[in-house]
Amino acid sequence: MTTLTKTEGEKAPTGPDSFLSVRDLRVRFSTEDGIVKAVDGLSFDVERGKTLGIVGESGSGKSVTNLTVLGLHNPKSTTVEGEILLEGRDLVTAPEKELEKLRGNKVAMIFQDPLTALSPYYTVGRQIAEPYMKHTGASKKEARARAIEMLTKVGIPQPQSRVDDYPHQFSGGMRQRAMIAMALVCDPDLLIADEPTTALDVTVQAQILDLLKELQQEFGTGIIFITHDLGVISDMADDLLVMYSGRAVERGTVREVLRQPKHPYTWGLLSSMPRLGADVSQALNPIPGSPPSLLNPPSGCPFHPRCAFTGEVPGDRCSTERPPLGEGRDAACHLTAEQKQSIFIDTIQPRLR
Amino acid sequence: MSDNLTLPAQQGSTGASTETLLKVEGLTKHFPIYGGFPIKRKVGAVQAVDNVDLTVGVGESVGLVGESGCGKSTTGRLITRLLEPTGGRIEYAGQDITHAKRRQLAPVRSEIQMIFQDPYSSLNPRQTVGTIIKSPMEVNGIDPAGGREKKVRELLELVGLNPEHYNRFPHEFSGGQRQRIGVARALALSPKLIVADEPVSALDVSIQAQVVNLLQKVQDELGIAFLFIAHDLAVVRHFSQRVAVMYLGKVVEVGDRDSIYNRPRHPYTHALLSAVPEVAMDDETENRERIRLYGDVPSPIMPPSGCRFRTRCWKAQDKCATDEPPLVQISGNRDGHLTACHFPEEPTTEARSEDVVLDPALKALEESAGKD
Amino acid sequence: MLQFLIRRLIGAVVIMFLIGAFTFFLFYTVPQDFAALSCGKNCSPENLAVIRENLGLDKPITTQFWEFMTGIVAGRDFATGHCAAPCLGQSFSTGEFVWDSIMDRFPLTLSLTVGGLVIFLIVGLGSGLLAAWKRGTVADRVVSGASIVLSSFQIYFLGPIVLGIVVYQSGWLDNPKYHPFTENPLTWAAGMLIPWAVMATIFTAQYTRMSRSTMIEQLQEEHVRTARAKGMKQSYVFFRYAWRGSLIPIVTILGIDLSALLSGAVVTEFTFDLAGIGRLAVDSSLTKDLPVTMGVMLFGAFFILLLNILVDLVYAYIDPRVRLS
Repeated sequence: MTTLTKTEGEKAPTGPDSFLSVRDLRVRFSTEDGIVKAVDGLSFDVERGKTLGIVGESGSGKSVTNLTVLGLHNPKSTTVEGEILLEGRDLVTAPEKELEKLRGNKVAMIFQDPLTALSPYYTVGRQIAEPYMKHTGASKKEARARAIEMLTKVGIPQPQSRVDDYPHQFSGGMRQRAMIAMALVCDPDLLIADEPTTALDVTVQAQILDLLKELQQEFGTGIIFITHDLGVISDMADDLLVMYSGRAVERGTVREVLRQPKHPYTWGLLSSMPRLGADVSQALNPIPGSPPSLLNPPSGCPFHPRCAFTGEVPGDRCSTERPPLGEGRDAACHLTAEQKQSIFIDTIQPRLR
Repeated sequence: MSDNLTLPAQQGSTGASTETLLKVEGLTKHFPIYGGFPIKRKVGAVQAVDNVDLTVGVGESVGLVGESGCGKSTTGRLITRLLEPTGGRIEYAGQDITHAKRRQLAPVRSEIQMIFQDPYSSLNPRQTVGTIIKSPMEVNGIDPAGGREKKVRELLELVGLNPEHYNRFPHEFSGGQRQRIGVARALALSPKLIVADEPVSALDVSIQAQVVNLLQKVQDELGIAFLFIAHDLAVVRHFSQRVAVMYLGKVVEVGDRDSIYNRPRHPYTHALLSAVPEVAMDDETENRERIRLYGDVPSPIMPPSGCRFRTRCWKAQDKCATDEPPLVQISGNRDGHLTACHFPEEPTTEARSEDVVLDPALKALEESAGKD
Repeated sequence: MLQFLIRRLIGAVVIMFLIGAFTFFLFYTVPQDFAALSCGKNCSPENLAVIRENLGLDKPITTQFWEFMTGIVAGRDFATGHCAAPCLGQSFSTGEFVWDSIMDRFPLTLSLTVGGLVIFLIVGLGSGLLAAWKRGTVADRVVSGASIVLSSFQIYFLGPIVLGIVVYQSGWLDNPKYHPFTENPLTWAAGMLIPWAVMATIFTAQYTRMSRSTMIEQLQEEHVRTARAKGMKQSYVFFRYAWRGSLIPIVTILGIDLSALLSGAVVTEFTFDLAGIGRLAVDSSLTKDLPVTMGVMLFGAFFILLLNILVDLVYAYIDPRVRLS
């Protein structure tokens, strides 16, 4: 059993078309209070043209993971171990120059708050044109034309004149559209979207999500979509990774994970969330306690202090032994497959009506 | 879904009382804008809240939903008199408190309490939890039986915190626990009405449910009326017996929970509901109507004439620009279900034969994808 | 933007008037017979009356104020001759027109300020940027440490040491002295070199620290991260994205420092025995030469207001959010 724990990260699905493979990624920050284990043994793959959803609460390590993919973490206080393979090239060991060529070109990013993520000092057009000039060698004029083309594509009205506007002259939703235009300007293979709609109103969010899906179709982009919102992920993702305390606790297709969840944390998330289709007389079932500190994560399964089902596992395995996450569809939990099945059907499913 | 149609209505009728606690009529708040040259003067106003009518019954929970800039938070602050209304009337327990002075307001202040969104900034970091919860009693000169400290410990226990933590400081607590402290402070004066302004939106999903359950417990056990202000439609649906939908400073639709969520009439309510991303746990959720508006909410400085939603509405006609639709009961609506629309939608949220997509870029992309 | 500028200029004129009025009434209501001060030891009542009349002190205070104010705009006549606008009055002790004595001293003050400014801006901002770029390295520690040590120095401490080494011991340079720039720029620079260097050292330390800390702050901004995520070069991100934002607090402090320097660097002037505006201010207040004191004060107030407006214009240049609102 101990060997399984060690090799956890090494085995993961390697799809024929997976062009980003993260293997046993470990990210640690040194802070004044000690070492923060932000990501601890994470493995996943992204297929070309597909969307991988990563869902987790604050401090689950989901955002850190994706800053690391692009090498945007602070190299002085952060140590990164493991492999991030983009088409077979390891990005963890790649020199900064090589990463610069990838960023914004092969791999692009969209951030949560477009107001702070766009520079207030330069026009939207310039900010879109910059990576295009850098990566394609286009002239200023060509890049401007491209910026207008992209603004048109993402639905900015009067793109010819708005290209010269500054971000603060755009509304929130329009700013996020501009951000998307900037990310897609070089037609990247992979788009990392970190909570891209969290700061937006719900009707605007719906527009942006649909727009992203359509643009993905047109550009054939693979997307890593990070969010805390299961509803958004259900709408956007093909595959889903549930993160807790810097680790992946459940993996599968969106349909599998949301309709037949196997991990007690996923159960907890689903049954604590109010839904429009749920029965209002049914009380919410919150997960007790709070997420663990990454400075001092719990031993064994990181979820065990909040888990209602540790009693079903013989001995103290939950608190001593880290449950492995196997290949493909799996949940990192010591419960047996039969137990997971029966607990979900008998206890969890009735809560989700 | 089918039993849903009867159940919430039943709940609504048992929970809602006939006695009115808070009555708001024509409530208006305009924030002046200064500008001009060479001498600055008032050149316009942000019409944050415009002519809002609202009632909250004794022990009733009323939800107020809408997107940013719709004036829901301002409404909350007007009702708690943290802001001075520009116009209209606020009546609490039969008493007009619209422009009541500090002294006249004192007895009412203790009965109306507020819970804020951000549990990090709404608690004084230099005061202990005990002091924070105790101070409303001190300010209002209330001496509960057994002393204030005993009351504080009871309150801490009630909101699910350890009474031993009386002398701790806010930073020693997690976000969810801090919001519990905020609830305990609001309960310290045994209020009759709590205005909760986005009380759970800063919290993680798993913690959100803890606080929602706590508020529900408080409401049930202590019979406190709630005005629950939030942008999250699912949370509001879970918590509120009646719901008012606001758009650009106006209430566009109000009614019991079932009417608003299952039989909405206003196009904006339809758009809002259809935009909520819903976890597809079964195939039923996929049979929802799909409406995609275009662009953001217009500025409240120069709101559109007539119906304020008309600039983003797919049903808008000339009449909408000239006549402001009154908030009335449309035929087919239940009692108390009022809609402000000239051309209301069908009372269903099921998928239409054709999606409503107003976003031109999205439409173009969908059409080109459809052709392939 | 033009509207903004006009409004600010009108505001500045109003404020200047108020400052003038305030200082005038404050000083002239002081129970002190200024005529007696300029009359000297053997003062006969007749002499006193003559002086009083010459200085205009016999008139009602409102008349005096009116004459003072119109003098600034249109000039005025004294017994000793016509004082052209802007007339700030006449010295009690020397009889010189205040404006003339300020203008005598101003070239020195201006030279001192401009020279020091160029040095401390280049060295201060440059070393701050270097420290931020190499944050956490030896270079950063050396720069940060040096700036803390230097900022605890004072001009009157460092000045004599430098003078001692460079002038008295080695004789590399002459004692600091002001030569007009228009006569010979080289001798001008040679004469000012030591005061510039000493003054700039103290200021540099402050600007190094500020430049480093605002830069580090800016480098953590999300839009700076976005620029890196687009694949822009580190140096490009550093100068184009982060630096621009870091300039705003620096410009604010610079405006305050500059207006203080232009209205007289008292300590520097005394340390190096230079006769600038600062010296004029101190001397006049020691001799209770009120018109001069007031003139220098108004002159300083003028620079404060002017630089305030300039700083706002620079803000608008740096940040389009200011420009377009």
